[in-house]
Amino acid sequence: MTTLTRTPGDETAEDPGTPGGRGRWTGYLLLLPGALWLVLFFAVPIGSLVSTSLYDPTGTLETGYRFAFDVGNYIDAISTYAPEFGRSLLYAGLATIFALLLGYPLAYAISFKAGRWKNLLLVLVIAPFFTSFLIRTLSWKLILADQGWVVDSLKFLHVPLSNGRLLDTPVAVITGLTYNFLPFMVLPLYASLEKIDHRLIEAAGDLYASPFQGFRKVTLPLSMPGVVAGTLLTFIPAAGDFINKELLGSPQQSMIGNRIQGLFESGSYPAASALSVTLMVLIVVMVIAYIRRAGTEDLL
Amino acid sequence: MAARSGGDDLRLESVTKQFGPFTAVDNLTLTVPAGSFFALLGPSGCGKTTTLRMVAGLEDPTVGDIYLGQERITSLRPYKRPVNTVFQSYALFPHLSVEDNVAFGLKRRGRKDVNAEVERMLELVELAGFAKRRPAQLSGGQQQRVALARALINSPQVLLLDEPLGALDLKLRRQMQIELKSIQTEVGLTFVHVTHDQEEAMTMADTVAVMHAGLIEQKGAPADLYDNPATTFVANFLGQSNLVEGEIRRAEGDELEVDVQGMTIRVPAERARVHSGKVWVGVRPEKVVVHSEAAATDATNSLPRGRVIDVSFSGVSTQYLVRMPWGQELTVFEQNTGSRPLLHVGGEVDLRWRPEHTFLLDAAQDASAGVQDALVGT
Repeated sequence: MTTLTRTPGDETAEDPGTPGGRGRWTGYLLLLPGALWLVLFFAVPIGSLVSTSLYDPTGTLETGYRFAFDVGNYIDAISTYAPEFGRSLLYAGLATIFALLLGYPLAYAISFKAGRWKNLLLVLVIAPFFTSFLIRTLSWKLILADQGWVVDSLKFLHVPLSNGRLLDTPVAVITGLTYNFLPFMVLPLYASLEKIDHRLIEAAGDLYASPFQGFRKVTLPLSMPGVVAGTLLTFIPAAGDFINKELLGSPQQSMIGNRIQGLFESGSYPAASALSVTLMVLIVVMVIAYIRRAGTEDLL
Repeated sequence: MAARSGGDDLRLESVTKQFGPFTAVDNLTLTVPAGSFFALLGPSGCGKTTTLRMVAGLEDPTVGDIYLGQERITSLRPYKRPVNTVFQSYALFPHLSVEDNVAFGLKRRGRKDVNAEVERMLELVELAGFAKRRPAQLSGGQQQRVALARALINSPQVLLLDEPLGALDLKLRRQMQIELKSIQTEVGLTFVHVTHDQEEAMTMADTVAVMHAGLIEQKGAPADLYDNPATTFVANFLGQSNLVEGEIRRAEGDELEVDVQGMTIRVPAERARVHSGKVWVGVRPEKVVVHSEAAATDATNSLPRGRVIDVSFSGVSTQYLVRMPWGQELTVFEQNTGSRPLLHVGGEVDLRWRPEHTFLLDAAQDASAGVQDALVGT
């Protein structure tokens, strides 16, 4: 992201081919459409979201809303919906871990072992995107249905299920989240594994590293940018997701996204906004802490 | 680091490596004595790197065996072999600091306290102040020395060097050649050095093996190889040679008399690879003296009446191209000692050299073998 904040004038100024004047503005001109887009559809809405979150909470659609600098919205939001926050982070965290456990071997196999099948396998990874997100999640409703083959098989194997069901359980919601965000895990992992020079792995073997040690000391650390990018691309949208709970879960699995949606629908804009801003801040803080810890500050 | 006493010889026995229908190494048998600096020299695609990779365990021989002393290491996994490699691309771990790169091998073998050794090794390669840097923050020559330290610290029985100086510029390469040689003398390990640079091989190695098309053409001390090439490929790839057609007339004592275009050339019998029939008569360009006036003596081989067609002056020496009466162009290098003015294009000259600088090769071989390879190599 550093490339975005660097002023383009720096580069053109060093370019001896542009003698002052027109050339130095090219960078800004190229930046203009993107900057306009961000201002209109990101900066302005964020500003409006933050100010809405500080409105007087007694306002309704009928009586109108009033700016009151009411920090109470935040205190209410956090105290009332703490369980939903916890559940969102837990479900998203578990889904991210499962996506990583599924996605890493897959990306590794595609990059290192697939040979001429590489492109076909990559297409298969993104193939689900050809169907709508909703349709795919609804399909899981069928797969996990009470009379479906998954539940039948689990019963046959005497796996204990609460009330003999999978739907309306945390398992179903986390399964849905894992499935839906898996490609966002696999693609960055694949990209970073693909960049690894295989001669480095040979060198590790030459320096007494067994294949497992070679993986742990060379391949894994070099793929960390992919791990960080993949987990972020999975965790962030999963933490704010509400569709998976809506279609596969019950009120007991309510995530913060479901509450925000509900509050917006019922016209409680200040509370909904306060929840959104809190979620956003929470995620930004966690992401920064995570990147610091993973030692991949280059991503920031 | 103390010199290792009683190390083990590296032996390759009838090793063949095929990649599909292509034979990269063809029934190679080779012994590298413990403690020697051994160079595998050849043009690209001759099988030298494949040979090295088989010793490292990165390729499996199709046929044949590799021994280290009495131990057969043919199918030992690379990480179990007491052999380390300095890779052509260095293959330094970009995510590790210089000291962690150097300590990598020791740590994988379960050594805990490695700091003192790493420090000593970095001093040996003159990188003492660079321990905390990342490889990307070093110059090419410094990276090369990290790669060397990373391999050397393990005191391998054999150190393999795969074109380790190929990426350096000429001046740095010359300097590193001298450093590598002195490090090898200091640590006393067996070095096997793969290169396509004949000058590098001759400067550094005790023994040079010239490889061509999967086979070793000739093996020996650099001076022996240069003075007495066994094949036209070696004669042309290792330095330059003038090769002219001749036919052996008779043996007189321990000398052979060869007819070249009606003139008689004498060759000591021990410098002849064939002893009858048609031959290539060879002489190195710097062994030939150009004379502008006719005054032959019996002790000298002489080919008269050549015409200078090109003079290229390069400061230290001058290279003359001389066209002989039968149309062939021969090369002469002359030190610019200043004892005589330069010759000019068009001048008529005799070419003379001493019989003991002549060599005879089998006329069945291609006189231009290795010429292009040598040009590509430099």
